[in-house]
Amino acid sequence: MADALTEMLDARDWLLADGATGTTLFNMGLDSGAAPELWNLDHPGRVRALHEGPVAAGSDLFLTNSFGGNASRLRLHDAQARVFEINRAAAGIAREVADGAGRRVLVAGSMGPTGDIMEPLGSLTMAQAVEMFHEQAEALRDGGADLLWVETISAPDEFRAAAEAAKRAGMSWCGTMSFDTAGRTMMGVTSADLVALTDRLAHPPAAFGANCGVGASDLLRTVLGMAAQGAERPIIAKGNAGVPKFVDGQIRYDGTPQLMADYAVLARDCGARIIGGCCGTTPEHLRRMRAALECTPVSPRPRLETITARLGALSSAADGTEPGAARPGRRRGRRGAAGQNSAS
Amino acid sequence: MTDEHEDIILAELSDEDLVRQMHDDLYDGLKEEVEEGVNILLARGWQPYDILTEALVAGMTIVGYDFRDGILFVPEVLLAANAMKGGMFILKPLLAETGAPKQGKMVIGTVKGDIHDIGKNLVAMMLEGAGFEVVDIGINNPVENYLEALERERPDILGMSALLTTTMPYMKTVIDTMVEKGVRDDYIVLVGGAPLNEEFGRAIGADAYCRDAAVAVETAKAFVARKHNQLATV
Repeated sequence: MADALTEMLDARDWLLADGATGTTLFNMGLDSGAAPELWNLDHPGRVRALHEGPVAAGSDLFLTNSFGGNASRLRLHDAQARVFEINRAAAGIAREVADGAGRRVLVAGSMGPTGDIMEPLGSLTMAQAVEMFHEQAEALRDGGADLLWVETISAPDEFRAAAEAAKRAGMSWCGTMSFDTAGRTMMGVTSADLVALTDRLAHPPAAFGANCGVGASDLLRTVLGMAAQGAERPIIAKGNAGVPKFVDGQIRYDGTPQLMADYAVLARDCGARIIGGCCGTTPEHLRRMRAALECTPVSPRPRLETITARLGALSSAADGTEPGAARPGRRRGRRGAAGQNSAS
Repeated sequence: MTDEHEDIILAELSDEDLVRQMHDDLYDGLKEEVEEGVNILLARGWQPYDILTEALVAGMTIVGYDFRDGILFVPEVLLAANAMKGGMFILKPLLAETGAPKQGKMVIGTVKGDIHDIGKNLVAMMLEGAGFEVVDIGINNPVENYLEALERERPDILGMSALLTTTMPYMKTVIDTMVEKGVRDDYIVLVGGAPLNEEFGRAIGADAYCRDAAVAVETAKAFVARKHNQLATV
């Protein structure tokens, strides 16, 4: 049986995802340092307003306000015992908004990273990571999420843990990583690595790709890298609306709606089938993205030069997928095998 | 790797070759070998400060450059930093005894609401490696924690880190409070974190934004040197 997202993808060439959560909540009065996830309980009306933005702008799916809703992250706010309550509420609010849309809109249960480093580099075990994600996944499912949406991941093992949690919760899922360090994730994962990793999972995602990162051009280079691997699975592009600036006491991302409209069309031409924004992406950006996707004929896959000419420069010359690129973790190892590959 | 390299006996190397080998071992994250190298140099009568700068700091500098240039990533740097820590653990008490020169002192912490400390820990370790005294106040720090630590430790530098869109404005809250209390100019304020950029750092009133741990070390050194020059000319 096909999941809801796959059904929708079968019927359409592309889907429009949503935009920013954190930056939107700031503009509604979220205090810096406070947990956005607690608003699902304390200010459900504001979270509803957050979701109504992308729905009105034409998004086909949107993410719940539960990015930091795992036990490890909520512990900061002494809310680790409320994971279930918070995530169920997050999915419940989103479900109501989606059901009231008057067309089919999917609720994707957002699950962000734990913030911990996994063994052997750090202390978080695979079992603990799976347990944390599983707890969150079950609550999002019970609250009415159509699927899970694992995002901004940087470590392969954390991605695997989320996949296992989705499996245990009996949910289909999407997974994206943040490629923010010289074209790779901070843990050194390349776009090609993520394709290979995804293909090897026992419970693979319905779609996968990149979110956040450092700007539209970088994100599309990552999408091109995934497409070049011949990825059969639908690719997700969810980039930031430019880079953050501090203007009049507020964070503003400098990417204009026009830039994001260009980005959306280029993302589709690069091979992405689920296209949205991340930090700084407002409903106005989404409206322009949808209009551009509807009105612009499909073009052949763009070259990197075309992308940078339209969206701006890349943050790094290479992204680790070029022939002969150094493999992180491949050490010189002059004194024997100790330490070899222990990082990969 | 080839067999000929498996037989390297550290104790049989000349000082020069051993130091070079320690740079390699740091790069490769081989903690035991780095510790062994430190002990051999100590036994040969090296000053702890010379071992720190020539073997450890110089080695970590190479790691820092390759991290900055996208050749090494966080997992490799964590392993290297861990090996460095092993060597530092031996040297620290000896450095205190011999009154080795300090580059400066830094209080560092991740802001309120933010759990992420990978980058912050790297900066702390690299700065320590570069000869700074580092006081790490951990994650999830409200403004009071920063003020208290500044009052208590009297550092040259305050370092703040944020990795989330929702927490990075809090760095401005801290700086604004420092301004209100009239202590902002007593410290060099450096900020870092993936979503930030140079312009953002300046807009919130920091002295500089540091893209990564290697840049943080260079920036900290430059600002401390400038501060000392200013004091000298006043």
